[in-house]
Order: sequence, then C-alpha cells, then structure tokens
Amino acid sequence: MSTGEILVRTFVYLLAGVIAVPLAKRLGLGSVLGYIIAGAVIGPGLLSLTGDVAAVSHVAEFGIVILLFLIGMEVRPALLWQMKGLIFGLGMAQMLAVSAVITPIAMMLGLSFAVSVTLSLILAMSSTALVMSTLEEKGQRSGTIGRACFGVLLFQDLSIIPLFLIVPLLASNASAAAAEGNPAAWLRGAEALLAVAFVVLAARFAVRPLFRFIAATHSREVFTAAALMLVVGVAALMTVVGLSPALGAFIAGVVLSETEFRQEIETDIDPFRGLLLGLFFITVGAGLDLELLRSQPFSVIAIAAGLMLAKTLAMYAASRAFRFHPIEAISLAVMLAQGGEFIFVFIGFAKQFALLPEQLSRLLPAAVAISMLLSPLLMLLLDRIIRRRTAPPQQAEPDLQFEDRIDVIVAGFGRFGQIAGRLLQANGQRISIMDTSLTQIEILRRFDQRVNFGDATRLDLLRAAGAETAKILIVAIDEREQISNLVETARMSFPHLMILSRAWDRRHAYELLRLGADHVESETYESSLSIGKEALIRLGFRAHRAHRSAALFRMHDRSLFGSSRPASADESGFLQASKAAASTLAQLLAADLEKERSHHGQEEDWGTRGLYGELTADKAAASGGGQT
Amino acid sequence: MQSSADHMISSPVAAPAEPTCLLVVAHPRLDRSVVNARLAKTAGERPEIEIHDLYEAYPDYQIDVAAEQERLLRHNVIGVQFPLFWYSVPALLKEWFDLVWLHRFAYGGNAPRLASKTLFCAASTGGDERSYREGGRNGYSVEEFLRPLERTAALCQMRWAAPHLLHDAPRLRGERLEQAAQGYGRYLENLMRETVI
Repeated sequence: MSTGEILVRTFVYLLAGVIAVPLAKRLGLGSVLGYIIAGAVIGPGLLSLTGDVAAVSHVAEFGIVILLFLIGMEVRPALLWQMKGLIFGLGMAQMLAVSAVITPIAMMLGLSFAVSVTLSLILAMSSTALVMSTLEEKGQRSGTIGRACFGVLLFQDLSIIPLFLIVPLLASNASAAAAEGNPAAWLRGAEALLAVAFVVLAARFAVRPLFRFIAATHSREVFTAAALMLVVGVAALMTVVGLSPALGAFIAGVVLSETEFRQEIETDIDPFRGLLLGLFFITVGAGLDLELLRSQPFSVIAIAAGLMLAKTLAMYAASRAFRFHPIEAISLAVMLAQGGEFIFVFIGFAKQFALLPEQLSRLLPAAVAISMLLSPLLMLLLDRIIRRRTAPPQQAEPDLQFEDRIDVIVAGFGRFGQIAGRLLQANGQRISIMDTSLTQIEILRRFDQRVNFGDATRLDLLRAAGAETAKILIVAIDEREQISNLVETARMSFPHLMILSRAWDRRHAYELLRLGADHVESETYESSLSIGKEALIRLGFRAHRAHRSAALFRMHDRSLFGSSRPASADESGFLQASKAAASTLAQLLAADLEKERSHHGQEEDWGTRGLYGELTADKAAASGGGQT
Repeated sequence: MQSSADHMISSPVAAPAEPTCLLVVAHPRLDRSVVNARLAKTAGERPEIEIHDLYEAYPDYQIDVAAEQERLLRHNVIGVQFPLFWYSVPALLKEWFDLVWLHRFAYGGNAPRLASKTLFCAASTGGDERSYREGGRNGYSVEEFLRPLERTAALCQMRWAAPHLLHDAPRLRGERLEQAAQGYGRYLENLMRETVI
C-alpha cells in the first residue's frame, strides 16, 4: 500500500465514523451501532472503500486488548476475589446453559458430538467489546448488571484458553494426520502457564521501576509510549504462546492496578482504546457478507435470531438460578445475546482442520455479525419497555463500583495536603490522592498510603481520579499559578464539585474565589495565629484570654475578608481593599482592647444590686441572675 | 470579653410586624439525637421560627457576641431547646448566656434591650416523670432545676413562659415520639398566638 493509499483509507475510516456515530447517537442508537453501520456502508458489500479489511481488523482487534487491559487496571485483585461467584458461577452457568441448548441443534445438523460441544461453547461467548462499550455509554458498567455482565464476559475470555487447546484435539479425532497434536497441546499448556507467570512477575517487579524512571524525565509522550509498549508487549507474548492477547492484557492490568501509575497509564492509553474499538466495530460492519445476505437472507437471519433466542433463554434461566430479579435477568440475557468476535478466529481455525461444512463456515460469521448489529437495537427496545413497565426507576441497591467510590480528591499530598487528607481518612472518608513528587510518593508508600502519580491540573487525570463522582476537591498543591489553574479547570469541568483550596495569600484567595473556589484557606494563617497566641500566653496572658483574643482576631478578619472583597481584580483595587481592611481591623482590635482595659478600673457597676429597685414587679428578683 | 455589645446598642433594629421567634437549639451531638432533632424539625417547619443550631455555629465555643446580640434583637420570643445535662443546660448554652446576655444589653442600664420579650425553654430529660418530684430519685421537679432560666427572664424583665418538658427521652420512639413532636408544635403555636408585640 502506498503512502497516499494509506492516507486515503485512513481518511475514509475516520470520515465514516465521524458521520455515522453522531447520527446514530442523535437517533438514540448508541455509538456501537453507528460504527457497525458505517462499516457496512463503506465495506466491500456496498461502497467498497475499505481496502484490505482483514489487515485492518488485526489492528482493530488490538482495541479489545486495550479495553481488557484498562478493565484489568480498574479491577483490583481484591475486587476480583469478591466477584469470584459472578465469574465462575454465573459465567460457567451461562456457557453450560447455552451449550445445552445449541449442542443438540448442531448434532441434528450432522456435526459430531465433540465438534458440536466446542461450537456451542464458542457461540455462547458474547462480544466483550460491544457489551462493555454499551454499558459504559449507558453509565451502567459499575451497577448490578454491569458487574454481572463483566463476570460472565471474563469467564468467557478465560475459557478461550482451554478451547484453543481443544480445537486441534478435535481435528486429531477426525484425522490421524494431526495425531502428534497431542504432545504439542500439552507443551503449549506449559508454555502458556509460564508466559502468564512471566507477565505477572514482570508487571509486579519490573514495571514500577521502569515507569518511575520515565516519570522522572517529565516527558509525557515517552510515558504514553511506554504504556502502549507494555500492552503491545504483553499481547505479543500471549499471541506467541497461543493465548488470548486480551486475557494477557487483562492479567497485566490487574497486576498494575496496585501501582501509583495506574491513573496516568489509564488516561494515556484510553484514547487508543476508543479509536481502535471504533475501528473494530467498523471492521465488523465491513465484514458483513452482504452477498450471502442477499442470496440466503432467510438462513442468515434465522441462524442469527435462533442464536440470540437460545442465548437469551439460557442466560435468563442461568441468572434466575443465581437469584437475579426477573427484570435484571432479562436485561442480562438480552445484553449478552449476541455472538462474540471469537467466532471469526475460530472459523479460520476450523477451516484449517476442516471441522465444519463449507456452508456453515460461511453462514456462521454472517449470522454472528448480524446478531452484533441487532443486539444494540434489542437493548434499546428492552430499555424502553422496562422504563414503561416500572414507572419509578429502580433503585434496588447502592451502586457497587469497580473501584470504590471516592468522597474527596486531595490534589497534592505534601506538607499541606497530608494533614487534611489524614483527618478525612481517620473519619472514614474515601479519598483519592494525587501527587507529582516521586520521592514523596515513595515515602508515603512506606506508610501504606496509596498515592497516584499524576498532575492534578490535567483534566483527564482529574477525571480519572474520580472528579465526576467525588463530592469535594481539596486543592493542596504548591505552586500559586498551578493552584489557580486547577481551581479554574475543575470549576468549569465539574460544576457539582465543591472546591476547597489552599491560597498563597489574601490576594490569591480573592483570585481563587473569583475563579470559582467554594472555600479558601490562606496557607499560613492558622499556624501564624497559633504562634501569636502562644506568644501572648508566654507573655503572661491567661490561656483562655489569649485563646479568645486569637478567636476574636480571626472572627474580625474573616468578616473583613468577606466585606472588603476588591471590586476589580487588578492591582489598585486590591491595594485599596486591603488597606481599608487593615485599618478597620486595627480599629476593631483597638476598641476591643480598650474595653478590656476599662474593666480593670472596676468603675462600672455590673452587679445586680442596683437592679433590685427596678424589678418591683417581681419581689423575688433579689435572689439571682446576671453575674451575681 | 464583654466587647461588642455597644456597637449593637447604637444600631436600631426595626421591630417586625408579626411576632417571630429565635429558637436556640443546644445539643452537642444533634446528629445522633433522636428526640431533640425531631423537635427541632417540628419547630423548623414554622416560618416564623429561626432555628439557631448553637453547636453547629460555634464548634470551638468562640461565640460571636455582636452577631448573637443582633440575632436576639430581631425576635420577640426567645426559646432555648436542650437536653438536661447534669441538671442544667449544656455547656455551650451556658457560655452563650455568659457572653451574650451582658450588662446594659440584657439587664441593667436605662433600657435593657430584651425587656418585654418572651423567654421559654424546651428541655428533655433522661429520667421518667416520677423521678423528677420532691422525694423522687432526682429530688426535685424539673421546674426547680430550671429556676436559673426563670430568674434570668425576670432579671431581664422578660416574660417567662411555662417550659415545654419531655421526660424519658431515651425511650421516646416511634408513635410516641410523633405524638410528642405534635405536642411541641401545639405548644409553639399557642406560645406565638399569645405573644403580643
């Protein structure tokens, strides 16, 4: 392919996405459907603008790898353990149930029992890319349904490993030529285990030093390159040993989820995921065998509909058995009803060993692609129906999250942020900490304090830290300009977020309020006041009086800060305002002091003796009240 | 610290046309309270009542005297609502009286500023009614323990309204609590109706 051709093809793909996705979203169909339709339009069946779809789809499948890597990063090992019931229970139940329905049908079509079982297991798989993208778009990824879907999908991905090993064995059953596949399969199993062990160990021990080294150079694109390299490397290794690259990426992601670089890596890679997944759906659309659809529309659609019906029924039964509410069960069933992308791989594989009749190996991928096209439509339809049936939206249970929901983001965890953060933690608040100092992070790790490496002034990282759901952002970073930047960015992008900010001085405090901070705290104010109070005590003031003086000072100062907010943001406005404030404060404090002094004179009769006469209405008044 | 009273005395505060009430609620753990929180809710439903959550306003006990005096002047009826602690008011409420109800503001001088306003209190106790009697476990009636407040009203030339009392607060739950809250609502209703400016 010449450079010109590559550019033209790239342009066509991008253009198709740019036109189709917004259109589909406007029609309420979701972006996945938009991509698939765009692919069908530019594909060989219609406009034939796509060039070599097979080559492109290899690139595009990498989108799924990145998707699983990112999902892995959000699933901490502890959470994975928590979800074991969903993964191995519900996941296995789904595959077995689907297999139980499809195997007899396949056998009726004349396939051998072993091939039928394998085929049914592969058809039981759903499209991770489609389901997870749709869930994310609907904001349901962390809800009950999202978690259950994810558990099932994860089990399906795990089951790819044994399936890959089984397929050559099936062939060996069929023909003696492949008899030596037996020891090879055994060897491959050992190889696969070694590779997984290698990924886990490398991610655990080699990756952190590497990223620390790169982060110290402060070069963002190298960081992105390294993150990408990591995912590509894992995928390559997995492919070499014959494992699902997506699964390998998922494992690497889980291992890396505990490092401080999680958010930064996630944020850097995320755009690739979005683009490549889009490309993937386009290739699914482009791969639609329109010729076949035209010549045998009935067979293709019958297989697609039959497959989806079988999967829906099986999944509904499985999730009801796992005590899901009927509405949840039907949502889950429809969600997972489409065929998965693994069928395309399997068909290629099966062709090699001549496992399937020619006719079926043409019909099946077309049917699965159709099911992927129909699936978003069905989900949409189901949403409408459920919404109409259950008038008040269900709030069955609190939203369980992939990662725990964050209450407060603490940006900057140095001398300032630490104290506030520790107070919040001590009171059971979940905080997400961001800092850019590697030495600081290293020290904190020794105290088992999880800190994410990342510059809070970057919008994407702020979002990754949980700014969309957190209630409060505490701005505790060092640099004056950076503080202003962060407050401004956060205010514009997250209107719901309460922003409490550290201020350099009074002028900075006014600036921050103007930029949208909800509360500002001059960074040295309280400690300075405290030391002044200490001095008063050491000069012989009674502790309570010194304390009260400091409190009065703070009270006057606070109210002056509010009332003498400068009209204009420029220098002169500020100077005027602060001069006026300073002189008023001096007057107020002097007046208080004056009153203190006059009390020493004891001139004033503040006792109640003089009042007795006034209170004639009540003769008993002589017994109490006031400072008797 | 009898400081800022004089600033306030010079500034005239317009009397409202309809009687209004300042209800100072003093409970250090209002978040855990059942009875006092429920009562405060009932009171808060009445538009003429300003609820002043004292422990929320001054967690560090550093009371803003000027602001408090101005608040007192805005209303015709002053109420204090609290759980009885050691036969008396919670510490911050006592501090509030000590710092805010100053000479020549609340009492003494030519024209004490709170004169002719109404003072009432709504107290809850942890004992049952029988224990708050002469000869009972607590020795005296609650009215006896509330004498300091009654005398405060007298010294400030205020009208003292009969206190609203709720006994046995730890066991006051469910339906009985709802009835008690309704009773409080009627008490406040009557109090405001009887108040003449």
